[in-house]
Amino acid sequence: MSEEFEPRIIAFCCQYCAYSAADMAGSMRLQYPCNVEIVLIPCTGRFDVILALKAFEAGADGVYVAGCLEGNCHFLDGNIRAKQRVAYLQKEIQKIGVEPERLAMYNLSASQGPRFAEIVNEFSETISRVGPSPMRKNLAA
Amino acid sequence: MTREIKTNSNLEKVLASGAFAVTGELGPPRHAAAHEVAEKAKHLVGNVDSVNITDNQTAVVRMSSLAAGLLAQKEGLEANMQMVCRDRNRIAMQSDLLGAYALGINNILCLSGDHQKFGDHPQSKNVFDIDSINLIQVIKAMRDDGRLLSGQELPPEGRPKLFIGGAYNPFADPEEYRVHRVAKKVAAGVDFLQSQCIYDMDRFRRFMARAVDMGLTEKTYFLAGVTPLKSLGMARYMKNNVPGITVPDSYIDRLKGVAKDKQAEEGIKIACEQIQEFKEMKGVAGVHMMLIEWEHMVPTIVKEAKLVPRPKV
Amino acid sequence: MIIAERKPIDEIKGFIEGKKKVLLVGCRGCVTVCNAGGTKEVGILASLLRLDAQKEGRELTVDEFTLERQCDPEYVEELVEHVEKRYEAILSMACSVGPQFITRRYPKEKVYPSLNTCFIGGALAHGIWAEHCQACGNCVIHNFGGMCPISRCSKSLLNGPCGGSSGGVCEISKEVECIWHLIATKVMEENRLDDFAPVQPIKDWTSSRDGGPRKIVREELVK
Repeated sequence: MSEEFEPRIIAFCCQYCAYSAADMAGSMRLQYPCNVEIVLIPCTGRFDVILALKAFEAGADGVYVAGCLEGNCHFLDGNIRAKQRVAYLQKEIQKIGVEPERLAMYNLSASQGPRFAEIVNEFSETISRVGPSPMRKNLAA
Repeated sequence: MTREIKTNSNLEKVLASGAFAVTGELGPPRHAAAHEVAEKAKHLVGNVDSVNITDNQTAVVRMSSLAAGLLAQKEGLEANMQMVCRDRNRIAMQSDLLGAYALGINNILCLSGDHQKFGDHPQSKNVFDIDSINLIQVIKAMRDDGRLLSGQELPPEGRPKLFIGGAYNPFADPEEYRVHRVAKKVAAGVDFLQSQCIYDMDRFRRFMARAVDMGLTEKTYFLAGVTPLKSLGMARYMKNNVPGITVPDSYIDRLKGVAKDKQAEEGIKIACEQIQEFKEMKGVAGVHMMLIEWEHMVPTIVKEAKLVPRPKV
Repeated sequence: MIIAERKPIDEIKGFIEGKKKVLLVGCRGCVTVCNAGGTKEVGILASLLRLDAQKEGRELTVDEFTLERQCDPEYVEELVEHVEKRYEAILSMACSVGPQFITRRYPKEKVYPSLNTCFIGGALAHGIWAEHCQACGNCVIHNFGGMCPISRCSKSLLNGPCGGSSGGVCEISKEVECIWHLIATKVMEENRLDDFAPVQPIKDWTSSRDGGPRKIVREELVK
């Protein structure tokens, strides 16, 4: 491979926690990879499996959902529902031979700016290890 | 207690004479070799008044209860042919009943049947066209009214004179309803009833007291089910894994209290004590000995429990 | 409603093996309500099939369309313009009535069922469905405290509970409630043992599937 692999990652972030944490990480000038595209959602309860599937179809190498800490959802259980959907979709993509690690769920609070940066780093590393999405390869071609 | 004799069944005659009846159980082989039935039968001849021939018990394919029953009768036993509602519809059942009687079967035990999920063909389609209580009604109508379920009349010489049996399980739930379900079997016309293995004597006493109160024991013969505990392991297994069977801790403690090689002996001792109590219990007309794959112990137990010689009627 | 669930993805992949253009047809009836074959589930399955093809570098077009109902010819008619686009396979995501109606209307098309039609039931909670009816064609639940022993008893007993009823669950599995436990308990709670004493008569199954495939003709509605 001539070029270094730069994973394309889509992060669905809840406005009450992860999205604010991302803001904080920015204002704290924390370093994290720039290949993450953040999608603001009102609650991870809004996350639907089709959103992740469309991201993969469009060539994303990894997708993660970041919601409030369990027990702290602004809408009571949106993050629990998101967790169930992520687990379901991990199994579904595995059945068609796509690595389940390409999809993940994280929980954090609005005040955890450093944790946000850590998650981005952690997930980017995972995806770098798993490698480019086979769907993206054929999309480009 | 003497009642009108309706059939040629030896079991019926023994019960009607007022003697304490003994029935046994024989599981047909999972193959076609007739000698296996004869071998199991030889332990039972002279020790029981009638022997239940199971009908694909636990939904495992075995030689048919009719065929094995006839083989057992050749050895000098009287068969009590079991018939489950799982595998046959009303057409096949009535046909088999007519055939069974024609070939010399005098007793039928009507059962719903274990679900095939437990058996060796869980993929099969079950029937359950009618249930066990309906089956009692069907046989009674054939015998006493001389008609099939269709209304088709049977000539007097063509009516199957079958002694009709049913099962009861005082240990299944809901406990308070069990006696009412038995009352339905009595209302349907069952002649005799055999119970599931009894270990919880308190619960059985409560059940029988209710059955006596409701007058059920005046109309039907109740036989108490006995299966000696072979070992501590078996007692624990029955307690924990068999739905509808409770084994009291007192029995488990007794088995624990003896050396491993003496447990079978202790189990037989417990069974004999139970039999003694059944002999004295109001409403109990006999015992049903279920020694599955332990048939060779029947002679010992009936001797120790003073159940032999069997009456000639 | 009719409760269905999607077939395993491998079985569906088998239907379209070697094909390049397929149509996925959803249904807005029962299968939308039970989250098996509505617009949303059509989208998910279509996406999974596309990803699978994309991953292998295989050419595959999966179009999506959801009908109001697949069990009424007037809605199945709406597929005309899609069928004209010449698909190599049409995957119906309705109960098995859907693919049969599509086949009848478009006999030259290769139509496949993408769902397994499971039972007639209801949702006990979101995501949990249970069987409540077997369509025997002669409802008798009023005789059983408003509960159906034909569909909900493993042995369809009319005079239960059998000896395998233990602690309120069926002998076949601790996950299966014993409907007869509930019926008997209700009868006792309501002090109706005397009313309940008669033996329930032998069931006439002619109105059930046993009487052959069934059909209802309502003269006042037929044009």
